[in-house]
Amino acid sequence: MFCAANVAAEASSEIVHGPKVVFEIPLFGGISITETTVIGWVLIAVIFFLCLWLTHDLKKVPEKKRQVIAEMAVEFVNNMVKTSMGEKFMGYAPYIAALIVFSASGSLVGLLGLRSMTADINVTATWALMTFALITYNKFRANGALGYLKSFTKPIFLLAPINILSEVATPASMAFRHFGNIAGGMVITTLLYMALGALSNLLHLEFVLGPFTLDVAAVGIPAVLSVYFDLFSACIQAYIFSTLTMVYVSSAAE
Amino acid sequence: MERAIVLGCSAIGAGLAMIGGLGPGIGEGYAVGKTIEAIARQPEAQGDCTRTMFIGVAMAESTGIYSFVVALLLMFANPFIGKL
Repeated sequence: MFCAANVAAEASSEIVHGPKVVFEIPLFGGISITETTVIGWVLIAVIFFLCLWLTHDLKKVPEKKRQVIAEMAVEFVNNMVKTSMGEKFMGYAPYIAALIVFSASGSLVGLLGLRSMTADINVTATWALMTFALITYNKFRANGALGYLKSFTKPIFLLAPINILSEVATPASMAFRHFGNIAGGMVITTLLYMALGALSNLLHLEFVLGPFTLDVAAVGIPAVLSVYFDLFSACIQAYIFSTLTMVYVSSAAE
Repeated sequence: MERAIVLGCSAIGAGLAMIGGLGPGIGEGYAVGKTIEAIARQPEAQGDCTRTMFIGVAMAESTGIYSFVVALLLMFANPFIGKL
């Protein structure tokens, strides 16, 4: 009983307080910089230098492995954009590539024991708002301002509230989908770690080595779930978020 | 007392919200089954089928995710406690 209460309390503290505040900028009454922001900027730096390293001294015929890898990555994204958006939207390929890499690495960072960047609704909501801005821009460009407003009264003008609602629902569902998947995985893995820790405590299989505690029951078992919740879910959500962005944007431009 | 009632009802509500997990489970299972049928009929279209299936499955999942978000809110960021 005591163990279960403990588990719930510890797991809830991770969710309730969200990402930890690392430091505060003393501007406008204190802007708190959370773990999410710090991890995000570190990831941006890592991705930036990785791209620099992958693409420096390119040859016409690739000699080094890293150029082959860079070409494969670019080809993958270009193919994706070409198949789901068409030739005339190839300008979106860099944006989509950035979205995929940032989203996937932001979720995969959970494998290193850090808090996943995308398990914060602010991050996914920002990306969804960017997609929403692109959708609205493309609708404006395709139909003009008047045509854009008119599109809300499409079948009949009575449906305008529902049309506006569905317009807002697009970014909201994208944000919640990505956030919910990663956060759900995080909650389940945290609960599993807690439960296995309690189990090994119960079976007296807990060894304390200075600041570290080794729970024998927690060795190996979480890895199986981690393959799904961390590896698979992270990659598939990045892929889906970018695919949905492409689908919505290209259908908005019609 | 009031607090206890609100907390208990919130816990029940969180549990009820997760019943919403049923729908996506059925829907995704159906989608995957159909994809397997399609692949069995046309093995060369496996790549396309799998890709489309993943997108569809992720779309179908969103209703389940909404109920999960509601359950999370009720459990960890309860809006009703503040109203007491």
